[in-house]
Amino acid sequence: MNAHSSVSNETFDCRVAFSEKLIALAEADPRIVAVCNDSVGSSNLNAFRDRFPDRLINVGIAEQNMVGVAAGLANGGFIPFVCAAGPFLSGRATEQVKADVAYSNYGIVLCAMSPGMAYGELGPTHHSIEDLSWMRAIDNLDVLVPADPEQTKAAMDWAVKSGRPIYMRVGRHKVPSVTPADRDVAFTFGKIDVTGDGSDVALVATGTLVSRALEAQAILAAEGILARVLNVSTIKPIDAETIIKAAKETKGLVVAEEGVLEGGLGAAVSMTLSENHPAKAKFLGVTSFAPTGSNDFLLEHFGLTAKGIADAARKLVG
Amino acid sequence: MTISVWPDNKPLDVAAIRDLPEGERAEQLKLVAKQVRRLVVQMIDIARAGHIGGDLSVTDALVTAAFGVLNISPETADDPGRDRLILSKGHCAAALYSVLALRGFFPVDDLETFMKPLSKLNGHPNRLKVKGVEANTGPLGHGLPIGVGSAVASKLSGKNWQTFVFTGDGELQEGSNWEAAMTAAHRKLDNLVVIVDRNRLQQGARTEDTASLDPLADKWASFGWEVAEIDGNDTAALLKAFTQNRNGKPLAVIANTLKGKGVSFIEDRVEWHHKVPSKEQVELALKELA
Ligand SMILES: Cc1ncc(C[n+]2csc(CCOP(=O)(O)OP(=O)(O)O)c2C)c(N)n1
Repeated sequence: MNAHSSVSNETFDCRVAFSEKLIALAEADPRIVAVCNDSVGSSNLNAFRDRFPDRLINVGIAEQNMVGVAAGLANGGFIPFVCAAGPFLSGRATEQVKADVAYSNYGIVLCAMSPGMAYGELGPTHHSIEDLSWMRAIDNLDVLVPADPEQTKAAMDWAVKSGRPIYMRVGRHKVPSVTPADRDVAFTFGKIDVTGDGSDVALVATGTLVSRALEAQAILAAEGILARVLNVSTIKPIDAETIIKAAKETKGLVVAEEGVLEGGLGAAVSMTLSENHPAKAKFLGVTSFAPTGSNDFLLEHFGLTAKGIADAARKLVG
Repeated sequence: MTISVWPDNKPLDVAAIRDLPEGERAEQLKLVAKQVRRLVVQMIDIARAGHIGGDLSVTDALVTAAFGVLNISPETADDPGRDRLILSKGHCAAALYSVLALRGFFPVDDLETFMKPLSKLNGHPNRLKVKGVEANTGPLGHGLPIGVGSAVASKLSGKNWQTFVFTGDGELQEGSNWEAAMTAAHRKLDNLVVIVDRNRLQQGARTEDTASLDPLADKWASFGWEVAEIDGNDTAALLKAFTQNRNGKPLAVIANTLKGKGVSFIEDRVEWHHKVPSKEQVELALKELA
């Protein structure tokens, strides 16, 4: 991919990548199990269940139980991938995530399926927009947001290798590939991947917003505004060095995420900047309980589009 | 596309049903239930989304409570002493919206906006957008604790309203239900009824193949509840259960139902949790519900 070309129209499914990778990991390592909450279909676990019927623990519709069970499995020597819709995993089982996973320091991968506003018209109860804030607030929990299937798979490799307590978003809707072809690995823990070296503005994005930031970069380039795009796939710990460098080398930053502004990526960037190199910044996110509408409609509604990012960038540098 | 309701455009006087003698009431409730099912199918057809299986299984119980027993009407929607109907299985919003529309809370035509951009009829109900909705449900296992609070408020305030909570059976795997069940029995909330839509299916499989619930009636009884186990698709049986003696306890009605009730090719099939019927299947369904 060229820094100033728009992203490809071809899109890929993170849940398919997730499912294939989980099976591959489980083939190689008998300690890997999946734990879910009546979410075999929605977590794309059908193939895993068929291949490893004994290693899928479906506890029923019971998220607190689900995360507690995962902790018990970890205590017993297993590596649980807990697979549930993001809102219920992060919201309903927050205390289990804190006490049983993070505080207990178990190698558990909490896989938040269909995060952000992926569930569109099912409404705010089914939107996982607070998860990055809630999960970031928990000590000893790494928070990952892979932006495409390649990153999803690489993040899963890292999760098993590291043995860490991890919360990871797994996108529901197909996304363009944002991993530049020249990268050896699609995901490096704790490192922001930077596309371009534009010195006017830094577009800092995560997950679904990364491809939109890349599109904004192309829109701005056509107007002579030079942007760099920061793909933040590790939200916690945050890669302060790359953020500070971007602040030093540009006139300002636009930060965009499919989540609330209180406590998520924007908050992490903001704290990094104010402690190290105060800079102008604009934060884009989900600013209220959403009205009824599809995922695309709602991203548009909150200005979480290439146009929205480009508009914010123009105002910053203008 | 426009929503059609009532054969030959002859609406029933739904407000009058509650005052009919029991036998006649059950018969009229059957007619209303059929209309609700027809509306549900049409809404899901227009929206191309929804939870058809659970909508069709809970319809008879919802209709019997709303039109046959409870004091629920647009006129009393803000009355502090109104009865409370809480749909804990919030994914079945289409059934609830149809009931509320037929009862006159909003125009039936509005059902066409189900899940459309900026519609008040979100995929899960919102009390701030739709009169008659008492709880913003969607995450399972929230309705019963809210219902317990409502039942306590009813006694504390001396206004003595009834609270009916509709849950799924898979939903009972959420521990919050059993926490609330203990509170309700402890506080002898005989003004609280939980209706368990016992269709034996959840999202991905049968309940008994996932995390079994049986013996379900014994569970509620052991928690200190009065229990009635009935045919939950039979309005006469539902009427009887809803008005039975509660012996000073909260009442659990185990409503044995068929998921997808009323449409042969949807009945009792796990894949119809939230599958959307094709245009041909919609036609077939409406024919079966004629
Ligand atoms: C806390 C929570 N976890 C998971 C879900 C996803 N979900 C929606 S409906 C459903 C199945 C519900 O089954 P049941 O209660 O039996 O309802 P019914 O079969 O009558 O539709 C699930 C798992 C949810 N809405 N809330």
